[in-house]
Amino acid sequence: MEELVVIGNGMVGHRLVEALRDRDGAGHWHITVVGEEPRTAYDRVALSSYFDGATADDLSLGDLSGPAVDVHVDERATAIDRATRTVTTSTGRTLTYDRLVLATGSSPFVPPVPGRDLPGCHVYRTIEDLDAITAAARTARTGVVIGGGLLGLEAANALRLLGLEAHVVELAPHLMPAQIDEGAGALLAGLVSDLGVRIHTGTASTAVEAGPDGRVARLRLADGSHLDTDLVLFSVGIRPRDELARDAGLTVGERGGIVIDDTCTTDDAHVHAIGEAACHRGTVYGLIAPGNAMAEVLADRLVGGRAAFTGADTSTKLKLMGVDVASFGDAHGRTENCLDVVVNDAATGRYAKLVLSDDATTLLGGVLVGDATAYATLRPMVGSPLPGDPLALITPQGGEPLGADALPDSAQICSCNAVTKGAITQAICDGSHDVPALKACTRAGTSCGSCVPMLKNLLDKAGIVQSKALCEHFAHSRTELLEIVRATGITTFSALIAGHGTGAGCDICKPAVASVLASLGNGHILEGEQATLQDTNDRHLANMQRNGTYSVVPRIPGGEITPDKLIVIGEVARDFGLYTKITGGQRIDLFGARLEQLPAIWTRLVDAGFESGHAYGKSLRTVKSCVGTTWCRYGVQDSVGLAIRLEERYRGLRSPHKLKSAVSGCARECAEARSKDFGIIATDQGWNLYVGGNGGFTPRHADLLASDLDEATLIRYIDRFLMFYIRTADRLQRTAPWIEAMEGGLDHLREVVVDDSLGIGAELEDAMERHVASYTDEWAAVLADPDKLARFQSFANAPDTPDPTVAFTTTRDQPVPTEPVRLGMPALRTRESAR
Amino acid sequence: MTTFATEAAATRIDACSSARLSPDDGVAVLLPDGRQAALFRTRGGELYAVDNIDPYTGAAVLARGIVGDRAGEPTVASPLLKNVFSLRTGRSLEDPDIRLTTWRVDDDGTTVRIDTRVEDAP
Ligand code: SRM
Ligand SMILES: Cc1cc2nc3c(=O)[nH]c(=O)nc-3n(C[C@H](O)[C@H](O)[C@H](O)COP(=O)(O)OP(=O)(O)OC[C@H]3O[C@@H](n4cnc5c(N)ncnc54)[C@H](O)[C@@H]3O)c2cc1C
Ligand code: SF4
Ligand code: FES
Repeated sequence: MEELVVIGNGMVGHRLVEALRDRDGAGHWHITVVGEEPRTAYDRVALSSYFDGATADDLSLGDLSGPAVDVHVDERATAIDRATRTVTTSTGRTLTYDRLVLATGSSPFVPPVPGRDLPGCHVYRTIEDLDAITAAARTARTGVVIGGGLLGLEAANALRLLGLEAHVVELAPHLMPAQIDEGAGALLAGLVSDLGVRIHTGTASTAVEAGPDGRVARLRLADGSHLDTDLVLFSVGIRPRDELARDAGLTVGERGGIVIDDTCTTDDAHVHAIGEAACHRGTVYGLIAPGNAMAEVLADRLVGGRAAFTGADTSTKLKLMGVDVASFGDAHGRTENCLDVVVNDAATGRYAKLVLSDDATTLLGGVLVGDATAYATLRPMVGSPLPGDPLALITPQGGEPLGADALPDSAQICSCNAVTKGAITQAICDGSHDVPALKACTRAGTSCGSCVPMLKNLLDKAGIVQSKALCEHFAHSRTELLEIVRATGITTFSALIAGHGTGAGCDICKPAVASVLASLGNGHILEGEQATLQDTNDRHLANMQRNGTYSVVPRIPGGEITPDKLIVIGEVARDFGLYTKITGGQRIDLFGARLEQLPAIWTRLVDAGFESGHAYGKSLRTVKSCVGTTWCRYGVQDSVGLAIRLEERYRGLRSPHKLKSAVSGCARECAEARSKDFGIIATDQGWNLYVGGNGGFTPRHADLLASDLDEATLIRYIDRFLMFYIRTADRLQRTAPWIEAMEGGLDHLREVVVDDSLGIGAELEDAMERHVASYTDEWAAVLADPDKLARFQSFANAPDTPDPTVAFTTTRDQPVPTEPVRLGMPALRTRESAR
Repeated sequence: MTTFATEAAATRIDACSSARLSPDDGVAVLLPDGRQAALFRTRGGELYAVDNIDPYTGAAVLARGIVGDRAGEPTVASPLLKNVFSLRTGRSLEDPDIRLTTWRVDDDGTTVRIDTRVEDAP
């Protein structure tokens, strides 16, 4: 075994180890990684999502430690001795290598502006940097980003998300000078300003000045003006971390970077460099794709392969604050005698430029701002003859978007992972028949994701139909079934499956259809045949426990409850011997009720004025509240009052998945509204509405949909939002993935809800009004109907005999289930629950 | 309380009235020996009785599951962890070694009856 030492556990160092581990089947290498950061490698490209709810764990690329790999974090390499082939580290260890890899990345460049070290000055590169910015933002109102490139704009957006007034100061005459041209830059500045970020271009920053507390207070600009600010963020570029290499006498580039050849080897055959620390043919790449390509080449070389790195594409496509920006190939038109084709439409906020060869036959590059859908088709076409009229490629009315058909097999579909069209079509032939399978097999689509539409397109072209079928009984998706039910006026599952499905149905399509019928207002969910469609919990209007008993959750709107009602809940629990617990939803759950006890329990609760809390339904659960102006010294609006009104408006509303909400009385957010499907936070002007948040399996913070609304407008927007969700979401798709999957995402949703771009606002509001008007308490209705009550019997031939398999023991002074008594049959194994 | 059928030599018991069991629905029935049957009527009108205890969890809940079919085979899905069983044979669709006891059922238009003699594996 030979020793490979890798300095740096960033994205590229991680990729190298992963690639080498995959290829080194013979076990030739033992790998030692030292990384200076306190954690193993994480996705730096997605760093900004840290401000949008992603945690350090979400960003982590995973720990590669294993039998042949040792990863040491929080340990810096301090010197290299090439003569003895050793590396010394900050913990005093000496590592011996046969081969050494420098994957040390780069550090943010902080220009020598006076005051750049004051408290309140930051950079944007690591999770620790982001933690420091977050901490500083707590007491700040304004933040200035110096540098209007890709990273600077991302940082400005982060400041905006932290609630600061954000400014960007850029020396060049327009934004993102490295990627896009002036026309695109101007349009981008307009779009970004509309989102509230102030742009100052063509001006240098001359000094950062402190206030009386010694912290940043002002930024002076070269034009003599200044900006008052509490926070300054430098984002003017990066410097390769080549200091170890310099000290060890290795050659570095003119503008930094460890010089490497096409095999990623430095001028010492035992030392390699990859990623942002390396300088290849005079270029230091500040993007992940070239770094990954170097890692793959080096891994191949280390196992005796002949791969070579000959340069890389610096195309980029990103969404900055919801604005699409893409540049590819020779975006600046630097090729001699090249031609430009430009469409600049300020009215729709779109800019597109194609750079063509002098005879206008070959695509050389381009820039797209505002709408970058054409990027996926255009980028792989660079260097190929154009399939048609260039203008048609970038004008929205240009007819059918160009398919993957037009591309040669050698065209790179995924530039992040260097996957060609040929490789993808081969994988499809070999049986990868959906996007996840293609990702697993080819790696295409696993980094920035911009090539995923092309993968879908190639699957379509291969004649593979991406199934939307709910189950074997319906070839339709939930949304399609909802539309069928709306259009035909069908009101029963029998009629629907007879006319539009096959067979008898199952536990997937029946609850889905039950939910559709309920959403469209078809009466009580236990009426007639509907009762047999309901999923476990809906079937008896209570949540089934592991021993077959049920829990009872009365509604406590907004979490506000009188002492008298609290006492009733206590008495019911005591009289029926129920286990009692305060839930995470600000109400009280009573566990351990036997099926035949439910009517008696609910008779008591309904008499005391309680209603069903729908803890069992894919429907509105709770609207949590904080005390707001009712009691709190900080409250600016009546959050409890609004929470109660919202809970009473939307109670009983059946939806594709459960719905949760919360209202906070001020920005301190004690009700955790941003973790809800729709959350409301009070401002001194009114209410801010956030949508698409949830806890659960994949936690996500909600995004701001509209600000400073009065209550009537707020309710109108929520009505539209919820009804639009009910009409168009998939079965068991919560609001966050629904918005993510929506074409145009949050922006499109805002257009539909706020601007009524589809003209369906009034119809959605009417549908909600019908729901509100027809609401009745489900439990009260059961108690009034002998047919429905008959469903709550333990045995058809012994209606009041308790199930003999149910028994309880006492834990912490309350009843809890014993393991069910088994009569003959052993419990075998459980299958993952399919909710 | 309930009276079980007491005719001499009869092994059939009255489970419920015919009207009580609608298509696609199920009810639990307590058998004289303390076992429990889950009794179903399918959409096509066939009657089935299988053990009410879900072998995957030990809970007596199968009568509360959703009735349907898989590739034409009549089924019930357990309400707890959604394991699916054939109503005809009692077999688990995931694991053919797991089989619920089945009983013969008839309906004379007034009363549904279960024959409490255990059926042989079909
Ligand atoms: C009782 C309670 C736990 C507690 O003791 O606090 C609870 C209990 C259950 N939760 Fe929950 N969840 C409870 C609050 C939450 C919360 C916190 C909240 O609402 O603020 C969350 C995370 C927030 C969220 O949903 O965004 C939560 C995320 C889940 C999830 C994951 C949802 C997801 O989108 O990933 C499930 C599974 C599902 O719904 O598919 C779930 C499902 C369940 C079920 C219904 C599972 C089931 O079908 O048996 C549990 C029923 C237990 C029972 O027998 O009553 N529960 N559950 C809470 C009832 C709140 C209420 O008053 O209604
Ligand atoms: C906010 C942000 C957004 C970005 N967005 C994009 C994007 O959209 N698209 C894109 O292509 N690229 C993007 N990038 C750039 C991309 O993240 C980098 O190209 C990539 O991380 C480079 O990987 P690397 O391994 O070379 O360097 P790094 O990921 O920086 O890793 C180098 C590691 O080496 C460690 N190290 C350095 N010296 C030593 C030492 N002496 N001893 C031990 N450890 C050491 C460092 O601490 C670091 O952990 C973005 C970068 C940032 C900061
Ligand atoms: S969110 Fe604001 S108003 Fe509500 S309790 Fe917290 S501090 Fe008080
Ligand atoms: S192009 Fe970035 S993942 Fe494919």
